[in-house]
Amino acid sequence: MSVAIDVQVVSKRFRLYHQKYTSLKERVVHGGHVPFEEFWALEDVSAEITAGQTVGILGRNGSGKSTLLKCIAGILQPTAGQVVVRGQLAAMLELGAGFQPELSGRDNIYLNGSLLGLSTKEIDRRFDEIVAFAELEQFIDNQVKYYSSGMYVRLGFAVAVSVEPDVLLVDEVLAVGDERFQQKCMDRIQQFQRDGRTIVVVSHSPDLMRDICDTVLVLDRGKRVTMAPAGEAIRIFRERLIESGFASAPPPPDPAEPSAGSAPVEITTKRRTVQLLGANASYARQDERNYVETGEPIDIRVDFDVASPISGVQFKITLMTERGAIVFSSTSSGAVAGMPLDIGHGAATFMFDSMVLLDGRFSATFEVRDSGGVVLDILDPGCDFEVMNPGRAIGIVGLPMRVEVTPPGSSELPQAASSAR
Amino acid sequence: MAMASEAGVSASVDTQLDELPPAAGGTPPRPSPRELPYRVVSSKVRLGVRVREIWESRELFVFLVRKELKVKYKSSVLGLLWSMLNPAVVLMVYYVVFKYVLKNPTPDFALYLFSGLLVWNLFATVLPGSSSTIVANAGIVKKVAFPREILPLSQVGTGVVFLFFQMIVMALFLLGFQYSPDWSYLPVALFALVDLIVLTAAFAIFLSAVNVYYRDVEHLVAVLLQAWFWGIPVVYNFNLVYTELVKLHSFHWLMDLYLIDPVTPLVLAFQRAFYGHVDVAVPSQAHYQVLAGYSAGFYLEMLLAVLVAGVLLLVGAMKVFGRIEGNFAEEL
Repeated sequence: MSVAIDVQVVSKRFRLYHQKYTSLKERVVHGGHVPFEEFWALEDVSAEITAGQTVGILGRNGSGKSTLLKCIAGILQPTAGQVVVRGQLAAMLELGAGFQPELSGRDNIYLNGSLLGLSTKEIDRRFDEIVAFAELEQFIDNQVKYYSSGMYVRLGFAVAVSVEPDVLLVDEVLAVGDERFQQKCMDRIQQFQRDGRTIVVVSHSPDLMRDICDTVLVLDRGKRVTMAPAGEAIRIFRERLIESGFASAPPPPDPAEPSAGSAPVEITTKRRTVQLLGANASYARQDERNYVETGEPIDIRVDFDVASPISGVQFKITLMTERGAIVFSSTSSGAVAGMPLDIGHGAATFMFDSMVLLDGRFSATFEVRDSGGVVLDILDPGCDFEVMNPGRAIGIVGLPMRVEVTPPGSSELPQAASSAR
Repeated sequence: MAMASEAGVSASVDTQLDELPPAAGGTPPRPSPRELPYRVVSSKVRLGVRVREIWESRELFVFLVRKELKVKYKSSVLGLLWSMLNPAVVLMVYYVVFKYVLKNPTPDFALYLFSGLLVWNLFATVLPGSSSTIVANAGIVKKVAFPREILPLSQVGTGVVFLFFQMIVMALFLLGFQYSPDWSYLPVALFALVDLIVLTAAFAIFLSAVNVYYRDVEHLVAVLLQAWFWGIPVVYNFNLVYTELVKLHSFHWLMDLYLIDPVTPLVLAFQRAFYGHVDVAVPSQAHYQVLAGYSAGFYLEMLLAVLVAGVLLLVGAMKVFGRIEGNFAEEL
């Protein structure tokens, strides 16, 4: 396989001026010394991107991912090292960059197209396609200054994707336009992939990466962390995030306020018969990592104190996403539920044989009720746990699934009934 | 494929989607990456490579020049006519002041002025515009990769287009006055035009780059141009200077200094070709010399020297540009 983009030990230094002196007088007055701090946006980053691959550059804000993209594009020159790009390159860093408001859409297609490296002939040939893709047939001869922002962006994208580069660089500009237009954009990207073009995408959205990238390069503070298949790279990226405390860390338990929290039910009635003390999640290799991988078993345990003997209590667990959407809620039942509890300390453990949740941080809250359904105590927040998905699926839940494709022309089409399992 | 390409512009979005991609006629055979041209992004790119990249972007250059022309006079009633009106008014003012107020005895003074102004106008309109062009186009400089020299060069291109408009006016002028230029000096004028473009490009590229770091440059340029204008023989006669310095005081070195200004030979060459009078009989004086009595050979020699200087300046300007270009995107 040949290399389409060869990033060779690239470093980029920025100077952060405390006060920018851009006039000669100011520089002279300050004796030519402008106070600045050096800041390495990229440090010795190397990467080889094979032709035909879709590669993501992942990192949080300020990790140098956009700088690297600009170095590949040739917008910034690396301070040290070099980038070798084979084939025609087009960069989509900003849609409609260089549009002239005074000129018509037609003129702007030609101007923008040639900025992106299209020849006049190529633009002539694709002109109708571009206009149709942007859905601007009626307005193409109007001045761009009268366009709505949506029209502007659509035109920008239509011109950008009409370039048929060997290497396409995309910054997070895909989130434009309405849903339908976004879908068109994604289709276009996939078309590029099928054509065997090399694509480099910069994003801080792991989901997008998982969806479209083969390989992901993870950057952190200007340094290469890893370059690996999407699932693994995203796992490493999120590990880093958690380590550096950027992912929402579990809120520290507040001893002053044991359990009431934001409970919707008042439980101040005298002494609690059963009191929930705290909860924690346990899973394999917990000492060396702080997440559970999708598919692995996990146990979530809630500790309680019983003040007076009681029987028939039910424990309820609720799992929520970070945004508070309930993904699962269930109550202990059957033999466990009827178990008489003596005074003292006990624990209820919710055991999941296989974690079906995908990426994200989830929280568990708990409730305990007596046999009549009266809430005895609530534990909220209970405990948080992080799930890391090594696979390619995105979303909240990894549903078990198989795919069967019946090629056209084969005699037996699967019956509708047979696919229902 | 045929069916797809039949689909009209108004066809539904879905059809369009299927149709959009690879160039008409299906996916072109993709050359193996080994054959693909490659590009190196680094802080050390050789001059030859830069020149090649500029040459490859010549269509962009054309579009940028067209854009300048269109945008400049968009929504104005007179449009491109302004590009001729502006120098025409300047010409008229100078003509009235020098001919009638200061009693300049030069015959056909308007034509004399015009020949010199042609040269100067290119210089004086392009340089302020190109000093600020990188800063003014920060939007694309920060987001699109293209050889940035194209920006100042397109300013030069725009200036040259205006120069041609003015030359048309000049031609009408000559026709109107039934005045014949000195055809034998036309090659000299053309040579001077080449020099002028090279020289202007060198200054334009240099100034556009430096202005990113020192924004005073664009203001400084405006001031310096004011002074410079009087350092070249456009409204006064070269011969006055010559007489004063050489014949009366023998300040040969001062004369050399005067001639070192690369714009002077260009102005002289244009005047020699379009205006043409060297010696004229003037009623008050027996003999009035307007232009220097240099031979064609000497003109060519001067112009060659300017060309060499211009090319050297251009190379120097591109080197400076190349050195600091890498940081444009962050400095803007």
